[in-house]
Amino acid sequence: MNPKFKVVGLYLLLALTILYCSGPLLWQFITSLKPDAEIVRIPPLLPQNTTVDHYVSIFKGHPFLRIILNSAVVAASTTLLSLIIGSLAAFGLARLNIRYKALILGFVLSVSMFPPIATVSPLYLIIRALGLRDTWWALIITYTTFSLPLAIWILTNFFREIPDEIYRAARVDGCSPFQAFYKIILPLSAPGVFATAVLVFIFSWNEFLFALTFTSTTASRTIPVGIALFPGLHEVPWGDIAAASVVVTIPLIVLIFAFQRRIIEGLTAGAVKG
Amino acid sequence: MARIRFENLRKAFKDVVVIPRLELTIHEGEFFTFVGPSGCGKSTILNIIAGLEPATEGKIYFDDKVVNDLSPKERDVAMVFQSYALYPHMTVYENMAFPLKMKKTPKKIIEGDVERVASIIGLKELLQRRPKELSGGQRQRVALGRAIIRKPKVFLMDEPLSNLDARLRVEMRAELKRLHQGLRITTVYVTHDQAEAMSLSDRLAILNRGEIQQCGTPMEIYQKPLNIFVAGFIGSPPMNFFRCAVKRHQPLEIDLNGFNLSPCVESMPQGDSVVAGIRPEDIIVSEQRIEKDIEDTGNVELVEPVGSFSWVDVRWGGIKARGILDVKEKPAIGGHVMIRVKKDKVFLFDPDSGRRL
Repeated sequence: MNPKFKVVGLYLLLALTILYCSGPLLWQFITSLKPDAEIVRIPPLLPQNTTVDHYVSIFKGHPFLRIILNSAVVAASTTLLSLIIGSLAAFGLARLNIRYKALILGFVLSVSMFPPIATVSPLYLIIRALGLRDTWWALIITYTTFSLPLAIWILTNFFREIPDEIYRAARVDGCSPFQAFYKIILPLSAPGVFATAVLVFIFSWNEFLFALTFTSTTASRTIPVGIALFPGLHEVPWGDIAAASVVVTIPLIVLIFAFQRRIIEGLTAGAVKG
Repeated sequence: MARIRFENLRKAFKDVVVIPRLELTIHEGEFFTFVGPSGCGKSTILNIIAGLEPATEGKIYFDDKVVNDLSPKERDVAMVFQSYALYPHMTVYENMAFPLKMKKTPKKIIEGDVERVASIIGLKELLQRRPKELSGGQRQRVALGRAIIRKPKVFLMDEPLSNLDARLRVEMRAELKRLHQGLRITTVYVTHDQAEAMSLSDRLAILNRGEIQQCGTPMEIYQKPLNIFVAGFIGSPPMNFFRCAVKRHQPLEIDLNGFNLSPCVESMPQGDSVVAGIRPEDIIVSEQRIEKDIEDTGNVELVEPVGSFSWVDVRWGGIKARGILDVKEKPAIGGHVMIRVKKDKVFLFDPDSGRRL
């Protein structure tokens, strides 16, 4: 085949893939700029009269900033807690002399196998008994529980990749196991830590079911629930929802771009011996 | 500096016994080497000395103090690893300073020490580089620097030269010896390379399956190997072994490939056969007649020139032997040659126990 065609074909394929992935986001973005009257009509595909009304309205009409704050606090705390507990557990499983490591890892994994819908009712009872209903802690504790298996598995594999001799060198050089962990092992696993952090953060940022169940007011309501419950007078306020979706996606995009290289390193590490 | 003593040491991983019983003293200031094939337990011994592995039974003493329950930090040992084990996220300076930092040494003193050690091992220009920007030899120097900087009681070296190329290895070998002569710190060295063990050590122990086969100075071991394993392991290329029939017991006479031989032995063989061991350097192959000792003819199978001489494989009657050949001689493959064996250099071993007779 003509090499020129090959290149064109490749770019065409790439363009299609990008369109497929970013299509829904673009659609939301276009919708958010359309005045109400145009939203449910096609054509036109692109808005005739662009408007920023929806963006103004989400911040004016609703306690949207408070909801973003709730999400930010919950997601950040969950990430932090998962990393602290997860990395300590993973270090123990990867490096220390512990029996039944495989069994423990399997058990940890089994936690993430329960469908959330099956656990939501008992968890609700626990949360209520603890008096944590409609608080940040209800979500932070729940999310940490569900993201820990992921964190432990990723980090265990990362810590295992670090040559044993480096850990032993640190021990001989005067480190206690814990010092060897935070002075040597942890810095060397930075890509894994970043990858884990981003995955956990996105999970907590987007989670819907538990958030819907455990929150009841804007005191703790997070973004996905907040958006779903946007009050509309006679109809679903699609424009506002679209605008809100665009706004809350921005932090994730910024996060991913900021750590892009680190995350790719993290997700592909160990794929090729290097 | 410390004397290291193992008392009745035993090590097992679950049901697998790695070291059945070790009883040994390493003297203060000595360069002591454990040498043996891979899997013989030599690295395990090093890890036990360092405190990275617990002993299953028995005691380890540094001087007169039992150190079994001390952490690596409290034992004050330094270790050099085969893979160098530098910290990739730290510069050369930080790598070398790390053990001092862990001891909470004041910054001023650390600076001075790093400077001093860097100039000893020739790394002064590279202090700000990271390990990945260094060559193998330079990395090995950093690992050495990190070990010597804190003047430990004991140096432990786990095959530190085996990742280097042949030339660098010989260079670093000399450097290690020089370093030890300067510092005189008790050094325990582990290698599978018998040449390294011979050239570096004050004393060495040959290990096989976790048991010391022989312990002594390099020359003792070379000249008086206690058994077939030691005889075959020490010396390169390895010793030739031939099965011989015993023709007479009093006085001893054996049949080495058709020649009657009465070598000196310390004990008489039990059965009616023995194993004769002859080092390749004691089998002289030549195209000319020499008429001395045992002399016979054979056919050349392979010639390996080394430079000042050549190793040569010959078929000698029914057996194959490796001998030494003068460089000036260039026999054709398959060609006829004379084979001469130095009678007084023949070792005899018991074929069952492997012990030297």
